[in-house]
This record gives sequence, C-alpha cells and structure tokens, in this order.
Amino acid sequence: MTELLPRARPDAISEERVRLAAEHVRLAYDEQVVVDDLDLELTEGSFTAIVGPNGCGKSTLLKALGRLLRPTSGQVLLDGRAIARTPTREVAKVLGLLPQTPVAPEGLTVGDLVARGRHPHQNWLRQWSRDDEAVVAEALSWTSMSELADRPVDALSGGQRQRAWISMALAQGTDLLLLDEPTTYLDLSHQIDVLDLVGRLHAERGRTVVVVLHDLNLAARYAQRLVAMKDGALVASGTPAEVLTEQLLADVFELEARVITDPVAGSPMVVPVRRLR
Amino acid sequence: MATTVDVPARGAARSPVRARRLGTLALLLVLVAAAALASIAVGTRSIGVGDVWAALVDSSLGTEEAVIVRQLRVPRTVLGLMVGAALGLAGALMQGHTRNPLGDPGLLGVTAGASLAVVLAISALGITTPSGYVWFAFAGALTGTVLVYAIGSAGPGGATPVTLALAGAALSALLYALVRAILVSDQQTLDSFRFWVVGSLAGRDAGIAWQVAPFLAVGVLLALLNAPALNLLGLGEDVARGLGQRIWLARAVGLAAVTLLCGAATAACGPIAFVGLVVPHAVRALTGPDHRWLLPCSALAGAALLLVADVVGRVVARPGELQVGIVLALIGAPFFIALVRRRRTAGL
Amino acid sequence: MSVAAPARPAGPGGAPRPPVRRGRAVRIGPVSALLRWRQLAVPAAGFAALVLVAALSMGRGDFPIGVGEVLRTLAGLGEGPQEFIVLELRAPRVVVGALVGLALGVSGALFQTFARNPLASPDTLGITTGASVGAVAAIVLSGSTSAGALLGGLGIPLAALLGALATGALLFGLTWRAGVDGYRLVLVGIALWSVGTALTDWLLTNAEIYDAASAYVWITGSLNARTWSDALPLTVAVVVLLPLALAASRVLTLLQFGDDTARGLGVRLAGAQTAVVLLAVGLVAFAVSAAGPITFVALVVPQIAVRLAGGARPPLLASGVLGALLVVGADLVTRTLLPQALPVGILTAAIGAPYLLWLLVRGRRRSTV
Repeated sequence: MTELLPRARPDAISEERVRLAAEHVRLAYDEQVVVDDLDLELTEGSFTAIVGPNGCGKSTLLKALGRLLRPTSGQVLLDGRAIARTPTREVAKVLGLLPQTPVAPEGLTVGDLVARGRHPHQNWLRQWSRDDEAVVAEALSWTSMSELADRPVDALSGGQRQRAWISMALAQGTDLLLLDEPTTYLDLSHQIDVLDLVGRLHAERGRTVVVVLHDLNLAARYAQRLVAMKDGALVASGTPAEVLTEQLLADVFELEARVITDPVAGSPMVVPVRRLR
Repeated sequence: MATTVDVPARGAARSPVRARRLGTLALLLVLVAAAALASIAVGTRSIGVGDVWAALVDSSLGTEEAVIVRQLRVPRTVLGLMVGAALGLAGALMQGHTRNPLGDPGLLGVTAGASLAVVLAISALGITTPSGYVWFAFAGALTGTVLVYAIGSAGPGGATPVTLALAGAALSALLYALVRAILVSDQQTLDSFRFWVVGSLAGRDAGIAWQVAPFLAVGVLLALLNAPALNLLGLGEDVARGLGQRIWLARAVGLAAVTLLCGAATAACGPIAFVGLVVPHAVRALTGPDHRWLLPCSALAGAALLLVADVVGRVVARPGELQVGIVLALIGAPFFIALVRRRRTAGL
Repeated sequence: MSVAAPARPAGPGGAPRPPVRRGRAVRIGPVSALLRWRQLAVPAAGFAALVLVAALSMGRGDFPIGVGEVLRTLAGLGEGPQEFIVLELRAPRVVVGALVGLALGVSGALFQTFARNPLASPDTLGITTGASVGAVAAIVLSGSTSAGALLGGLGIPLAALLGALATGALLFGLTWRAGVDGYRLVLVGIALWSVGTALTDWLLTNAEIYDAASAYVWITGSLNARTWSDALPLTVAVVVLLPLALAASRVLTLLQFGDDTARGLGVRLAGAQTAVVLLAVGLVAFAVSAAGPITFVALVVPQIAVRLAGGARPPLLASGVLGALLVVGADLVTRTLLPQALPVGILTAAIGAPYLLWLLVRGRRRSTV
C-alpha cells in the first residue's frame, strides 16, 4: 500500500529545500492591485501561518500560492518550477488546498466528498481502486469522521464539516497543504481540534503546511514560522517570538498589547490593551 | 458608474450616496418626461412640439394633429407609462424577494396564465379585440400566480424562492401545453393570438388604461409599503426575523403586489418581457440595494424604457411599426449582457 | 474533542473496515469503479420500459401489429408487409423520438449541473429558441426575401441546426471571460432566450397565416413523418457526443464544488467548462434540428432522474434514458389515446410538468440540483 497518507521519509526532509516560492508577485483583481512585489519562500516540512489584519491580502496570497489566482507579474514556483506552467493535475498531486468557504452540493455524503479528493490520482478506467478506498478510509479515520461517512455534508455541524473538508484535502495525499482560515466559525475547542489535526499532519506525517489564521495566539502556538502582512506587503517573517513583538502589533494591527509567554505552550501570547488611534 | 457602487457606504460616505440617488431620481424624471413628449410627437406622422402643446392645452382645438394627439397618442403614452412603471416595479420586487436574477415575473405563471385565458377567450368566445381580452388576461394571470404559489408552498419546506421558481416553470409549461394544444389545431385562434402574444401598445384605447388603473394603483401602493421589509429580507430570513419582521406578511404583500402589477400590465398590453428583468439590474447599479430608492427608481426607469422602445418601434418600421415587446428584447438584451459581463459578481 | 488513534496500516488482509461510501466497488485488473444499484437500476429499468413502449408504439397505427411480432421483426425475423411497415414507416419515428429524448435529457443534465441551477436548460438558455428562429425564418421568409429563399433552400432541419449552433456560439462567446461562470451563463442565456422568442413571435406576426400555422407546429416539436434520413445526423451526433459526455461525468462532479475546489483537485477549469458547454450545445442542436424544440424534456427529466436515482447531481445516463422514454411514451399517447393527434411536444410538457409538480409537493429533498 503505497499512497496511504504518505509519510515523508525523515531522512529525505531537507529543511533548506524550498518547496513553494513567490517571486516578485503582483496580485490583482481586475484593476485593483492587492499584493505588490512580494517574495516568500516556504521550505520543506515547515509549518507557516500567514497573519495580518483584514484585507491585507493574506487570502489572496494563499490563492496565488495554490495557483487559483495567476499573478499579473512575477511568478510562483513549486519545487523550482513555475506553477502556472505545470499541468494543474500534476500540481494537485503535490499540493492540496482548502478554500475559505468551500461549497458541497446538496445531498452529498461525507464519504463521497472525501472520495473526490482522490480525483488527481484517478482516471476514467481507474475510478475507485483499493488504494483510493484505503486512503479515503484512512483520511476519514484521521479526522475521526469514519462514523459519519454516510451522513450528508449539509447535515453536519460546523466543526464536523470543517473536518470533512480537511479529510478531503488529506485524501488528496499531497505533501503540501494550504488552508485558508480553517477555524472560521468554529468554537474554541473545535479550533483547537482542527489545528491539532493539522499539527499532527505536520509533525507525524511531515506535511509542509501553510495556513491563513486570524487568531494570533493560536498561530503562535501551532506554527513554526509566522509571516505578517500589511497592505499587501510582507512586513515580518520568522519564529513566533521574533514576529510577535509589541512594536509589530502596533505597526501592523494598530493595537497596543502586551506580549507574554503562553503558560502552556511556551509560545508568545498577545494580550490586547486597546486599539491605537 | 457600476464599478464603484458595491463598496458599502459608511459614515462619511453617506452624503455622496444620497447625492447620487437624488441625481438618479432627477435624471429618471427628466427621462420619463422626455420619453413621454417623444411618444406624443413621434409616429407615422410627426407632430411638432408646438402643435403637441397646443393640442394639450386647448381641448377644443379641432385640427387633425390635435385629434391624433388627444385621441391616439396621449392615451397610448399614458398606457405605456403605467405599464412600464408596473413592470419595472414588479421586476424589482421579484428580484428582491427571490434574491435571484432569474426573478422575472413571467416565471411565476403570470404570462402563461394570461396566455391560456386569452386563447380560450378567442377560441371559445370569439373575442378578438385588445379591450375584450383585458379581463380574461387579468383573471388568467391571477389564477396562474395563485396556483404557482399554492403549489410552491405546499411542499415540506414551504415557499422558498427555488420551489416557487420550479413550480412556476412547471405550471407555465403545463399551461403552455394547453395553449399549444389549442393553437396547433385552430388556425383562426392562432391568427389573433399571435398579435396579442408579442406585446404591444398599438390599438389600445383609453378605456383599457382606465380598466387596469385601479389594480395598478393598489399594486404600486403595496409595492412601496413592501420596501422596508425587502431591505430586511435582503439580509436573509433569519436576520429579518431577528429584527422583528414577519416574513410571511412581507412575502404575501410582495407577491400580491407583483401579481396585481404584472397581471394588469399583461392584461393591457400582452406579455412584455425584459423590462422587469433588465430595469432593476441597471437601476441597482445607480441607487444601490436600498429598496426605498430602488423600487420607485425602477418604476420610473421602466416607464421611460417602455416609452422609448415604443417610439423606436414606430420610427424604425415606418409606415408600419415594430411591436414594443420585440423592440425591448432587441435593445434590452445587448444592454443586459453588457451589464452581466461588466460585473464580477452580480450580487443582489 | 479526542483525537483518533493514529491510522493503522491497512494491509490486504487487514481487519475489515466500515464502508467508506455506499455502493459496491468493482475492480478488474487496473479498471475500478464504484457501482450503486439505484444509479444502475434506474437506467436499466428505464431502458426496459423504453424497449417495451417503443415496440408498442411501432405496433400501433392503421395496421395494428402485436408487440411480440414487432420485436421479432426488429430482430430480423419479420416478413413481407409487416417488415416494411415496422422498419420503414414506424421505426424511424420512434428511433428519432428516442434519440431526441436522450440528447435532450443528457444536455439538460449537463447544463443544470454546470450552472448549479435547476432552471438552466437548453430551453431557458435560448438554444432551442435559436433553433426556432432558424426554422421559422426558413418557413416564413422563404417566399418573400432572397435571404429567406436561401434559408428555405437549406431546409428546415439545417436552418434549425444553424440557429441552435449560432445561439450556442453566442452564448459561449458572450459568457466567456477567462472561464465560463455558471451564473453568467444563465443570465446571458436568459437574454438570448428573450431575443429568440421576440424574433420568433415577430416572424409569426409577419407570416401568412398558413405559414404561421405550420411554423407553430414546428416550434411545438413534432415527430410526424420522420424518416431514416432525419435520424441519420442525430444518430451520428449521439454516437459521437454521448460517450464524450459520459467521460466528462467525473469532471462534472468536481465542477459542482465551485471553481477553487475544482482547480485545487487538478481540474483544468477553462478546458472542462468549454467541453461541457460545447457537448451540451451540440447534443441539443442536433436533437432540435430533428424534431423541433420538444419542450420541457431537458428541464424536467434531469430533475426526475436525480430524485429517482439519488446522488448529488442529475445522473447523465439516467437522464438520457428517461428522456427517451418520456418522448417515445408521449408520442405513443398522442397517437393512440387522444381524440386528435397532437404534436408530441404538447404531451411531453403535459406529462412531465405534473410529475415535477408532484415531486415538488411530495419530495423531502430540498429542490436544488
């Protein structure tokens, strides 16, 4: 059984190896430029969180990294190759992504939804192989969704639905995962649940993860590296302790805050005081 | 312009929005007045503005021009104003209630019901004049809508926009099947019906306007009363309910208004598509989604559009004329497509 | 919330798992698929019913022939006048009807899934209306203008085909903007529909009344006097386009998730959208050219099929088979049960519409595609 949520071999992980990179990208919707001349490198096996105020372009950047949005100039490289010139199906075998508010057709069951994640590995003859079934079962069990496989997606709670979608991204069997605000609309325990899941994928399966997050404390706790954006530009990048400084919070979020140490995880923790201005 | 509209106005941006709305209203009023004047002056025989004025102020003037103006052009123009306003208003209401750009009144069974009633009136009773059709068409339109609503709300989920639209499409298809069953075997009826079904202001006397006026008046009143509720419904039913809106009441008022407006318009002129579809889309780009502005402006724009189309129809095909329903489709469609292509998402 | 134990390895002899998806996996060598009995049973039962109804239909007429006799003749064991009546006089009509229904059903399912809108069908998107404009112009204008004479010279089926394809091309071209958005497709389609309807109505008002009457029969959709030569272009179209449509089925499933998810899963969006729209337009254009715009089949049949066969979108094969059954059945009814032979298009609406209404009233399922 080869493709079961493949674990990247620890000896093969090279933390210097750049998997995904943005080079001088300029991103725009119609005439409106959202991100301009941005550079970013994501190395193998890293867990990166992109943070920033609303409208700073972080979701737009994630879309470009996932080849959903073509840069008007500059390029995105996947394993050193221009992503725009790589067949989309090849990309889909390496890079999985979860949009912010994905829509499932009404009446679709969880099992069928997760099975769609196998699309890049299937063809017209090979529609539901043993591997497909095993990987989907595995993805369901990783996300604790096995019991709910027969339920329609639209009958799930918010937390379950999010896990179902993550399960689909898992079944895609890619070693890069891009997640756009996977914790939106979830209560705190389900946020922790989802991020634990993503963290385990990173730690135990060697996945390279990029996630857009709103909650700075959660981002600092789970990610190895934070990337802070403001007005479409990259402002800071580094470990959570390097990035989450009181000065940066003032500059980027216009927030006066104390940064203390999270008593549980040891990561920096933001305690807001008041909004500046 | 349309591209700048979707940014919600906040705080300081309030007065420019208001200015644009007032400007839109003023522009539309001017347009309606100009269209009405053109509709009176232009025709197979062009009449100068001076003669038009003379005929209007002096009711005893007996020149040929004056008689044409008073007995033909003015009634036709008044009817066009009424019907155009009704269709624009009904379209805005439908789109507001269904939150669906497909919310054309014709989908609710109005046109199909009126068509069947008119065909029956022609084939069974031998009626062949526009004024003879009015009550049949009106009754058919009402019956069609009520049936659609009854069926659309009979399902387990009640009347949702989707069940209503599906019920409307299905019932329309059934009624048209009956229409066609009669028409394929009855050439005489087809001969009269084909002139009704294109939708036209021609050959309608002043009596028709009077016949439908009371219904239009009630429809307009209900529509304007419905505006605040529609603003709430635009936020979703749950939010509207949370803000204290009785959903069923808002829906019932809206549906009654659409039925009266569309039924009366169809009764007077035959089915006229496109006004209800295209006008609210265009007006929304100028006024924004506030129905207190959108509804009256749609009514004005509908009236202006219908009159302009009617005038164009009289000019392009002299000495004959192109029916207003045809003209509307031919000028409305490219405009509509351009509008659709412009916007990234035509959110309602 | 507790996190499940890390995944256990699943060797070939591993412990049995709970089923991941409903249905039965079938695997032969490198070929594998998931089969669901309802999704097979519905087309199978529909096909059996189709054969029966078709045989019944070929038996009815001035010279009645039993079902068994018809089937024997179709199998090549017929003789003399019966063979001529069944194979030359009656079979073409039934075959055209079945193929038209098939093409309309599949085309409707493609459009409805693609646009994620149950009201999207070749009827509401203006394609059949475009065919009507072509056909009516050929009928009405052939005597009056030189352009009309040219159209009339093409013959009605070709004029209708050109009308439908031209409208399809317009629909596609006007909708295209770095991709085909389902929402934009529907709106542009509505606009084209309005123009087509207006032009048809206008042509009818300008026609001599006998031309108008025959044009009206055409736009209602009729199978009268169809011969093998009418069936040929449609047969070729179905043989070529249907397998392609079925092959596009997998991609269609993903298109339902919205653009971002579909692209994330490796779908070449622009190509897939183009293929789906072109297939749907092609099928409907040839169908309409052969029998006129038989109304309501493309709209109602996919909705019926998805309710019978289950699933999250109208199934293509079931839509096709049920479409064929509806058209052939409606044709049989018009010729036998009604006091006066009506064009089949009236009956497809009269049968299909109440059924959809009944489903709406009864159905537990909320009504979307």
